[in-house]
Amino acid sequence: MFNLKKAIGKLSTAALVAAGAFGLAAPAVSAEDVIKVGVLHSLSGTMAISETTLKDSVLMMIDDLNKNGGLLGKKVEAVVVDPASNWPLFAEKARELIEVDKVDVVFGCWTSVSRKSVLPVFEELNSMLFYPVQYEGEESSRNVFYTGAAPNQQAIPAVEYLMSEDGGDVKRWVLAGTDYVYPRTTNKILEAFLKSKGVKDEDIMINYTPFGHSDWQTIVSDIKKFGSEGKKTAVVSTINGDANVPFYKELGNQGLKASDIPVVAFSVGEEELAGLDTKPLVGHLAAWNYFMSVESPENEAFIKKWKTFIGDDKRVTNDPMEATYLGFKMWVQAVKQAGTTDVDAVRQAMYGQEVKNLTGGTAVMNTNHHLSKPVLIGEIQEDGQIETVWNTEGLVKGDAWSNFIPESAKLTADWTYPFVCGGCEKPMF
Amino acid sequence: MRILKTALLLGLLFVFAEAEQPVHAETLQELTSALSVKSYSKKAVAVKKLAASGAEEAGVILHALMDGALFTRKTDGKIVLGLKNESIYSLSDPINGSALGQAKKSELKKVKINNKVRIAIRAGLGRLDLSHPDSEKRISAAAAIFKSGDPSMLGVLLELVKSETDEDVLPAIVRAAAALELTHSLDIDARINAVAQLKSTGGPEVKALLIKTLSNIQGPATPENLQLESALKGALADVERQLETYGLIENLFQGVSLASVLLLAAIGLAVTFGVMGVINMAHGEMVMIGAYTTYVIQETCRLYFPGFLDFSLIVAIPLAFAVAGTFGILLERSVIRFLYGRPLETLLATWGISLILQQLVRTIFGPTNKEVSTPGWLSGAWEVTSGLSFTYNRIAIIFFALVVLFFLMMVLKRTLFGLQMRAVTQNRMMARSMGIKSARIDAMTFGLGSGVAGMAGVALSQIDNVSPNLGQAYIIDSFMVVVFGGVGNLWGTLVGAGSLGIANKFLEPYSGAVLAKIFVLVAIILFIQKRPRGLFALKGRSVEG
Amino acid sequence: MNIQKLTEKGPFVSLLMGLPGGGKAFMGILLSAAIFIVVGNQFVPEGNFFHVPTYMVSLLGKYLCYALLALSVDLIWGFCGILSLGHGAFFALGGYAMGMYLMRQIGDRGVYGNAELPDFMVFLNWQELPWYWFGFESFAFAALMVMLVPGILAFIFGWFAFRSRVTGVYFSIITQAMTYALLLSFFRNDMGFGGNNGLTDFKDILGFDLRADSTRLGLFVGSVLALAFGYLVSSFVTQSKFGRILIAIRDAESRTRFTGYRVEYYKLSVFVMSAVLAGIAGALYVPQVGIINPSEFSPANSIEIVIWVAIGGRGTLWGAVLGAILVNWGKSYFTGALPEAWLYMLGGLFVFSTLVLPKGIVGTFPIFYANIRSKLSGKSETRQATEAGDI
Repeated sequence: MFNLKKAIGKLSTAALVAAGAFGLAAPAVSAEDVIKVGVLHSLSGTMAISETTLKDSVLMMIDDLNKNGGLLGKKVEAVVVDPASNWPLFAEKARELIEVDKVDVVFGCWTSVSRKSVLPVFEELNSMLFYPVQYEGEESSRNVFYTGAAPNQQAIPAVEYLMSEDGGDVKRWVLAGTDYVYPRTTNKILEAFLKSKGVKDEDIMINYTPFGHSDWQTIVSDIKKFGSEGKKTAVVSTINGDANVPFYKELGNQGLKASDIPVVAFSVGEEELAGLDTKPLVGHLAAWNYFMSVESPENEAFIKKWKTFIGDDKRVTNDPMEATYLGFKMWVQAVKQAGTTDVDAVRQAMYGQEVKNLTGGTAVMNTNHHLSKPVLIGEIQEDGQIETVWNTEGLVKGDAWSNFIPESAKLTADWTYPFVCGGCEKPMF
Repeated sequence: MRILKTALLLGLLFVFAEAEQPVHAETLQELTSALSVKSYSKKAVAVKKLAASGAEEAGVILHALMDGALFTRKTDGKIVLGLKNESIYSLSDPINGSALGQAKKSELKKVKINNKVRIAIRAGLGRLDLSHPDSEKRISAAAAIFKSGDPSMLGVLLELVKSETDEDVLPAIVRAAAALELTHSLDIDARINAVAQLKSTGGPEVKALLIKTLSNIQGPATPENLQLESALKGALADVERQLETYGLIENLFQGVSLASVLLLAAIGLAVTFGVMGVINMAHGEMVMIGAYTTYVIQETCRLYFPGFLDFSLIVAIPLAFAVAGTFGILLERSVIRFLYGRPLETLLATWGISLILQQLVRTIFGPTNKEVSTPGWLSGAWEVTSGLSFTYNRIAIIFFALVVLFFLMMVLKRTLFGLQMRAVTQNRMMARSMGIKSARIDAMTFGLGSGVAGMAGVALSQIDNVSPNLGQAYIIDSFMVVVFGGVGNLWGTLVGAGSLGIANKFLEPYSGAVLAKIFVLVAIILFIQKRPRGLFALKGRSVEG
Repeated sequence: MNIQKLTEKGPFVSLLMGLPGGGKAFMGILLSAAIFIVVGNQFVPEGNFFHVPTYMVSLLGKYLCYALLALSVDLIWGFCGILSLGHGAFFALGGYAMGMYLMRQIGDRGVYGNAELPDFMVFLNWQELPWYWFGFESFAFAALMVMLVPGILAFIFGWFAFRSRVTGVYFSIITQAMTYALLLSFFRNDMGFGGNNGLTDFKDILGFDLRADSTRLGLFVGSVLALAFGYLVSSFVTQSKFGRILIAIRDAESRTRFTGYRVEYYKLSVFVMSAVLAGIAGALYVPQVGIINPSEFSPANSIEIVIWVAIGGRGTLWGAVLGAILVNWGKSYFTGALPEAWLYMLGGLFVFSTLVLPKGIVGTFPIFYANIRSKLSGKSETRQATEAGDI
């Protein structure tokens, strides 16, 4: 429920800010005693839906850090910009953050294309980006730390679970996704994986839809049809954020129950479910590295802090938030260890950095700039939460290069001696 | 009489269940505690055993398990029933219902279930619910048995086929019995008979079953096997043919449904753009305002009139009209009235307004999606026959779109306001000289168009995101519909939406969603070459201006 | 201006001389600003007030590309009354042609080290380069395509539309449909243009490293020259007899037709010319921002271009340029300074300028403008370029 008072408060703040804008008075803090953290998340346009939350998470953690004495004895200051879901603007804003605002580190990006857009900027100016979203892999940049899941930390365990006896012994697969690089790559990896497990071509159906697709009637009935061939069928959904709500609404209304054809999604978390009535969706699955429902003291504290910070008791947390949290914690630790915010020193200190994750275990930064973290598979509940039904025993190491794509199987990402390379076939030294 | 029958059936059930009991009968206590096992497959087995025990308490336990109300007490590992009361759980024994005190959440561990267990529970409840007085429950019980294919149920079902009197329930039971007979009977005649029965019910599930059975025929090609095989193949072909027909009907329905969504999205624009000539880029935002109004009404209901929640959508329709209409009037009075005769400038100004409105909604409600739930009477689908169903919310939207169109036409054609409005659009000067307050009419007309857009928002909240981007998703399509149909003609908008929606849905199965949309766009471009003023063009000199 | 004059003094000089006062002033400002920026970037040490960081150079280069794009829209809208709400498509096509050249320049330096195929094709299992990618390893071919592809599309589209006399808002809406259809097509990974990620990770252009400051400066100078060229051409066109007919079409299409002019051919020519200019703008834009992606096709982008022109002043060439630079500078500034509220500012600006400055910035200060013009050229013109009839 929206809060009228708060809304008016927010509005008047916005108006004040707007009014003060022409004053152009920058806060007069000398560059010496602050550490600047750039926040590069879209606050308007199509991606604002997902990214605004991450901006708030970073602000919350900076706030928290400052309350606890800052970093290296200095105050940490956030520099927030709005790249407005516009990919070239991402590159421009990244450059502005690094060159003009002289930030020490940037937390940002959601879509693959925004990351690809800023990547050359970070490499050229040798800065540091923490990228907190699950993505297609096939990349390892010296200047980016990927704290979201790689395909082997999300897609493959989920499919393995569904193939298992507990998961329902699925024999037939629909790979449905939005037509962009993450679903394409994930589906390619999954297809290779499924075939390696003896699934035949005719038992795999692949379907791509455009961004923001809103009329799912045909596809849902196609799925139903595909599922009525006598073998247990499941849908692996890499449908992107915005299109999910109408997709699940259609699933619910056409009565496609999880017990008949379960749908496992990689881009649907608590935040997306908050926009949905989940009663008809109970039992559909999601694979992540974090669920809000996981019981651990760290998680409880995190959720409490988040709700207080955002001032809304109903706000949920999700996996990209945890990834942001992990990245931020690691960066803070690495800065402390290095004693400086210098990018090269911090990068060296990042390797092997270990922090407690929110699900009661740990997360470790590898030399390929990806995390080792646990994989959880959960089922959607009536209250919009996702409850874990399966999790890996230990940590799964994120692969920059998938073993299921022939060209990439031979590549190694390792930023330490003797490789020092994001994608090499053999050591450089 | 009814009670007697139920009792009889229960008795039968028990007798049957008795026969199923393993040699070393386990007590209910043991069966229940077996549920705490970690592996889901084992848990599913435990559920099956519990259901097979036939005990009345098993139903209670299974329902509790389904609802997530069963816990393991951490102190002694006992399975208890927990009812949440604020932050404390009051516990009771699941078997005899005796109270066991209270516990905090940290002292309990939920007995988790997954889809596999859920299927087992449903099958188990099916077994118990077959004799439920509620006919709906009996139907779903039969369906659950059909899905589980549990051979032990065959006997009970065959009894029920004879005794069931409810005409709605009987086919479900016959179908379940036939399925079990087909898969597990040894008698070839019974099996072939079952195939015939299944064929007559049809549907995708039957198709799946037939395919499965066909692939499972084992042994040498005995005459019996051959006979069965040919029966199966014949039935399969029939069922497939029937499903194909259903597919076509469904496709048509989907086309009409998409058309109704397009019509709703475009109809307000047909007034503001079509009648008034304002290139209203903020039209989408009016739809969005309607959707957010629906959300606010729903939340208000949830807070103050929870019993009324299911009907908040109905209340939202006039309110969305009022709210969006007010916005429209404000917009017209403050900005658009200065821009008449300069349609392009209205494009620029309304584009600016749309940016402001989007950001406004983002500031007030936050950028995330809002949940507008589907009321009970709109959820689910109307199952015409097995394999052919139409979702209620889509049916409702089709009707709603037509009602809105009708309402708008009535306003335009049958009211004084409509008359004045048409007069002002056709000849402003003349209308004014006849004493019509044209400024007032302009504001009202824009308000009407915006209000109708707001009503569309109520409908769209049922099938799409309620987010600040909602309007943007429909604005281009809306313009296409209005231009395709012919600016200034409501019938054109109807036909435009209809043909675009249906064309899109008929192309989609062949070309995929993206290409279908591209084809439709190209078709619009080509069509406009043929008829540069749309399908139903206004004629006469005044339109040439 | 006549042809004889052109041949006497050489075309370029005559063109410059033939500019009206405002145009001369514009060229003066543009070129001196460019020199100032080049000097400020190269020869003034960092820390000096007059130092221009390379970051700024790239940003300005980007604005100049937008300015050229705005110019191309102004050419058809301001002078011929054709409102295209799909001009971003031509810009993007030019950009894609350049992007394909840049992709091919990467060679085996991509992550998979495939000399023949771009990375996105490698991991989508493409075995060989699709036919439409051939030739793009040559800059000359790519440069030709930068102009040809938008030009041909505009020709075909215009040929049909103008001959069928699709006018006014109908034309605007079908241009919107065109760019939307292209947006959807380019999103498809099966098209072979990299899908949503588009083309990115460029390394060098004509052998120069794209990350080098000198290359950036070179691209900036290139953009300045392209804008100057575009301005000269547009100015020449609009002042020629051809241009007067365009204005006649804008103000009264039917009358012009009845006078005996083949309206559709005039429209078609200027439409194609405008598309080519937009394509060139796109081609210069891509190496400077480092990415080309289907979102450039989005209808919203095309609408924004029109807004730049309207704010600057429709029907005056330098108004379009001014509008593009101003709005984009505002966007750059406010997305950094006011991330939460900049949309209010931008939206407010659009509403404000249509209400208060109906003729754009340039048209609203006509006295001021006319004064400058009469001072510079010593003659007064009777026609107000901004008194344009609406579509």
